[in-house]
Amino acid sequence: MTFLTQLLNGLQLGSIYALVALGYTMVYGIILLLNFAHGDIIMVGAYISWIVMAKLGMSPALAVVLSVAGCTLLGVLIDKVAYAPLRNAPRLSILITAIGVSYFLENGAQLVFGADAKVVPAFISTSTIKVGGVSLSLNAIITIIVTAVCTVVLQLLVQKTKLGKAMRAVSEDMGAARLMGINVNTTISFTFALGSALAGIGAVLYSMAYSQATPTMGIMLGTKAFVAAVLGGIGSIPGAVIGGLLVGFAEVFVSALGLSVWKDAVVFLLLIIVLVVKPTGILGRTMNEKV
Amino acid sequence: MALLSVKDLHVSYGAIKAVQGISFDIEQGEIVTLIGANGAGKSTTLNTIAGIVKPDSGSIEFKGESLVGVKAHKIVEKGLALCPEGRRVFSQMTVAENLQMGGYTRTDSENAETLQVVYERFPRLKERMNQTAGTLSGGEQQMLAMGRALMSKPELLMLDEPSMGLAPILVQEIFDIIEELNKQGTTILLVEQNASMALSIANRGYVLEVGHISKTGTGQDLLHDDDVRKAYLGG
Ligand SMILES: Nc1ncnc2c1ncn2[C@@H]1O[C@H](COP(=O)(O)OP(=O)(O)OP(=O)(O)O)[C@@H](O)[C@H]1O
Ligand SMILES: [Mg+2]
Repeated sequence: MTFLTQLLNGLQLGSIYALVALGYTMVYGIILLLNFAHGDIIMVGAYISWIVMAKLGMSPALAVVLSVAGCTLLGVLIDKVAYAPLRNAPRLSILITAIGVSYFLENGAQLVFGADAKVVPAFISTSTIKVGGVSLSLNAIITIIVTAVCTVVLQLLVQKTKLGKAMRAVSEDMGAARLMGINVNTTISFTFALGSALAGIGAVLYSMAYSQATPTMGIMLGTKAFVAAVLGGIGSIPGAVIGGLLVGFAEVFVSALGLSVWKDAVVFLLLIIVLVVKPTGILGRTMNEKV
Repeated sequence: MALLSVKDLHVSYGAIKAVQGISFDIEQGEIVTLIGANGAGKSTTLNTIAGIVKPDSGSIEFKGESLVGVKAHKIVEKGLALCPEGRRVFSQMTVAENLQMGGYTRTDSENAETLQVVYERFPRLKERMNQTAGTLSGGEQQMLAMGRALMSKPELLMLDEPSMGLAPILVQEIFDIIEELNKQGTTILLVEQNASMALSIANRGYVLEVGHISKTGTGQDLLHDDDVRKAYLGG
């Protein structure tokens, strides 16, 4: 258990938080909603992987595809059914709806799958690779690379493509965006699809690391990722990644010091410190008033 | 047939009746202005035509087609653009990105062409194409808002208080541009606090008073009308 191993563990955990935090940040950026159901989407993704591999005995590749596709559809569906009808309602109503959706998914999963943990089979058969005499976790390396690629692709998409620019326009001024001929509903759906696809990828990476699915697994994961998004500056894509990595490192190092019972507390302490010093988060801009 | 025809339009926000049965027409090629005091319902009228506010009743026809119930983004496609009150540029996006958003409903090749026209008309925007819109001066932001609206190649351009908050020399420049745009074939519906400037370039005007049209006539007639002079032209 070297420093390198710990570093890799921190990066791996941080990457997962980052992927989940990206979904929070994108949805918040466009409709100012803290999507409390986001963590539960990951839970559904983990169950999909379990069904595909353990119940149906199909390939891990198919599990990845179906988990990501399932999460994407679920995210869009939640927006259409639960949030879209409340687009002009007070923000508190939609926030409470999000909490309701979260409970619905958790209890729904418990009803369907039971409360006990399901073991998600391994996605890859080799678990370590040797690099210069040191054996490193292959899961960790895959997780880190996938997250890096996702972040770069997402950033390019948002900054360079027409649809990405429309997302930014809608997030700045929905009314003005409509006057440009931008279909605001489609743009919001697309944002949910993207954020939920990342959650699906996060679900696969999380299952690779922890190999189990439970109805409530999304709660702590979602909360930590939410903390990561706020730490980095909610609404900011690079901020979500920085926040995710910070939270991951904090947890791993506190555990490495033998204080693992304190790891959650340290994450929240970190949040409090950052918010006291910089209330908008590390990369957060001062919020301009929405009209 | 009128390019735009509004009949007996009623619009309210909850209990507030902002527009109470107004009717007016705009012919192809005209500059028509709506003038009126604060809260008369001018912006409400434009926003309703653009589809971002829903009317209670009445009809709005553009090129003979009803716009009532048509989604805002579809209305832009039909050739009707609104340059909103307060400019509402996307302040964290660059000038070029703002213009690209203006051409959202058009193809890339169309946009490349229109962009040249817009940059020719507003050379200052071209110089600042990579600057974020929030860092532009008020006058430049107004030009960007107008350029952005032009990117959709509108047949009818609606301008809501384009001179608001600008220095007199810039106000003159904006009005010159409006006249030029009109000469090149864009029909204009202009809402202004600066009634004398608006009436002096308009073919026709309508005076709006708390949700009703109280007077109508050619720009020159209204400019010399005693009531209008007293109420809106300071004597
Ligand atoms: N979103 C809204 N919610 C409630 N009331 C509104 C809203 N927008 C406008 N109103 C009200 O409708 C009436 C007409 O407003 P509108 O903005 O159309 O006036 P205006 O003629 O454009 O005024 P100004 O010259 O000040 O821009 C006003 O009484 C205003 O308070
Ligand atoms: Mg107004």
